[in-house]
Amino acid sequence: MRALLRPLLAMTACASVLAGCSSGEQATEPDGPIELTYWAWAANIEQVVEKWNSEHPDVQVTVSRQSSGDELVTKVLAAAKTGNAPDLLQAEYQALPTLVSNGVTADLSPHVGDARSRFTDGAWDQVTLGTEAVYAIPQDSGPMMLYYRKDLFASYGLTVPKTWDEFAATAAALRTKTTSSYLTTFSSNDPGWFAGLAQQAGARWWDIDGETWTVGIDDEATREVADYWGGLVADGVIDDQPMYTPEWNKALGDGTVLAWPSAIWGPAVLADLAAATRGKWAMAPMPQWTAGEHRTGNWGGSSVAVSADSPHAEAAAEFAIWLNSDPVATEALVTAGSLYPAARDAQSGPALAQPPAFFPDQPDFYPEAKRIADSAVGWIWGPNVNVTYQAYKDAFGKAITNRTPFADAVSEMHKSTVDDMRRNGFQVADG
Amino acid sequence: MTSAGPARRAVPYAFLAPAIVLFTLLVLVPIGYTIYLSLHRAKVSGLGLGVGARTEVFAGLDTYRQALANPEFWRGVLRVLSYGALLVPTMLGLALLFALLLDRPKVRFARFSRIAIFLPYAVPSVVATVLWGFLYLPALTPLPMPANLLEPGLLLFAVLNIGLWGGVGFNMVVILTALRAVPAEVYESARLDGASEWQIAVRVKIPLVTPALIMAGIFTVIATLQVFNEPTTLQPLTNAMPSTWTPLMKVHSDAFARGDIYSASATSVVIAAATLVFSLVFLRLVNRRAFAGEQR
Repeated sequence: MRALLRPLLAMTACASVLAGCSSGEQATEPDGPIELTYWAWAANIEQVVEKWNSEHPDVQVTVSRQSSGDELVTKVLAAAKTGNAPDLLQAEYQALPTLVSNGVTADLSPHVGDARSRFTDGAWDQVTLGTEAVYAIPQDSGPMMLYYRKDLFASYGLTVPKTWDEFAATAAALRTKTTSSYLTTFSSNDPGWFAGLAQQAGARWWDIDGETWTVGIDDEATREVADYWGGLVADGVIDDQPMYTPEWNKALGDGTVLAWPSAIWGPAVLADLAAATRGKWAMAPMPQWTAGEHRTGNWGGSSVAVSADSPHAEAAAEFAIWLNSDPVATEALVTAGSLYPAARDAQSGPALAQPPAFFPDQPDFYPEAKRIADSAVGWIWGPNVNVTYQAYKDAFGKAITNRTPFADAVSEMHKSTVDDMRRNGFQVADG
Repeated sequence: MTSAGPARRAVPYAFLAPAIVLFTLLVLVPIGYTIYLSLHRAKVSGLGLGVGARTEVFAGLDTYRQALANPEFWRGVLRVLSYGALLVPTMLGLALLFALLLDRPKVRFARFSRIAIFLPYAVPSVVATVLWGFLYLPALTPLPMPANLLEPGLLLFAVLNIGLWGGVGFNMVVILTALRAVPAEVYESARLDGASEWQIAVRVKIPLVTPALIMAGIFTVIATLQVFNEPTTLQPLTNAMPSTWTPLMKVHSDAFARGDIYSASATSVVIAAATLVFSLVFLRLVNRRAFAGEQR
């Protein structure tokens, strides 16, 4: 049955991703340059790859643009089943264990050489999953920070909140002055955002203990974060509609939303969605759970993985290391892609000397961002983050709709995740 | 003549071959593979990391049991049933009403109205949903909306409205075509007998277009069972729409968001079987009713 189906599935996969099909054929050609295909969705990544191609005539990389991270994972899983995975793929950190668990990614440890020293420890931990293997090369990270409309803060007489208690008070104070604006929104559509908030509070959603996974989604820190935001929503002092809707996009630009706890890539989003507010936003560290602390979480961040089927793993690994640590490449990642590179040198490189164009009045944007980034705490991502994220969307959507406690939604996420792992045969402790 | 026997017998098969090959490749094999998948599940050993940690094992009917035991699945079924219960009568009623109005003698702007009512059918449902989504969102809508249709209680009507907007025109054309096929003498004799336009519509036209109405009904029932594009496109705009809003959405979310192709296959097989039974029963019922006159 499977043998019969393989050509058929391959045909379908080819139709949707033409670039993916060429890799297999070229592999048999010993002469001529090595051709690599690379599935990615990072902004303007083609411009960076162009630099590699012009310098390396013997290894040519073709980018096949994907629409989003989630979609890329889905497509790669299907393509890998039919033997049509691309040589290289952009893998968000939270998706990497899922890809590894499905046997999609190659172990790059024989090819990385001394590359480890070029990346921050936090980023490197994300691609080893705490094992001896190296499943990808880190690309960027997404430490979280607070963006706020400094002009509107001034006109409403608000001060920038340093703690989450102050943040709640600011949200309430704003509502006493106007009924048309909110400080921010709680989004049931962005599990990665909530995961970053939980990281900041000290949660550890997954861990590895020998040969056993432990799941801690329903831990005290996450419940505290959930209850906090649930309280703000229940009191009506913040909005409860999802982010990235046409409505929210408009709200960013017209002053309906005054603040956005987001990540270091935020300026690119603001420039895209609220171009007219250039210079009106400012960046500050995230509010803290305890006054005087300096902690933050990560929202997003990607790595570049090599697929297990690629016949050119060594060349692909070489490209991935160049792309994410060579000064020429990382500068282009910053300027063209608005990424915050995971490479050590790049974080103090010349590309980050100037603030983002959208924040012309904050010259110390990147030095400040680096201080914040160094305080970011992460965790090991589990092998079924996709299930957890889907559960987040459904459970929090329901909690907001039915006005039930947010902590219940966290329990639901925990249960969905553990049930799925148990059903698939993972060794799971706790639950 | 006799010498051509075997060759002659092969001819029909030669003609059938393309259809059989395509049918096998594009219908039977995928169905077979879906059934195969639905009887299996993934089995992970240990941490599930590393090569060969994930294998496929036979699960029998276990996957089905789990898929059917999920309350979200049944909630989705219930939603689709209530959607259908609202959609089918409204759709047929409006389509019939518009067709009868346009079929009246000396109606003004008939051509323009017909095209205006039919045009939404030509708009792809995803585009239609994006368009309506912008009209529903309270901060963006240019319309004086009495209520936020994206709130939980009204969400069904938000989807229903998009379905109606896109479907009424098509069904109207089906009915209108049937009305135009009625010979003019029928109406003439009705008028000679002193029937008013209202009486002609109710006593003559509607009975004559019953087969077309049933056809439109079947189309609408199929559209109900397949409702997917509209809720999926609306989903990111509201908290009130879970990823399992309809059983088809659950299949999609299981397969592509949760990565559980086995459970998605089992649910698909259940939906397909239910649809088949449903259609057969429906066809049998309406066949008797619609074509009773011809058999007499």
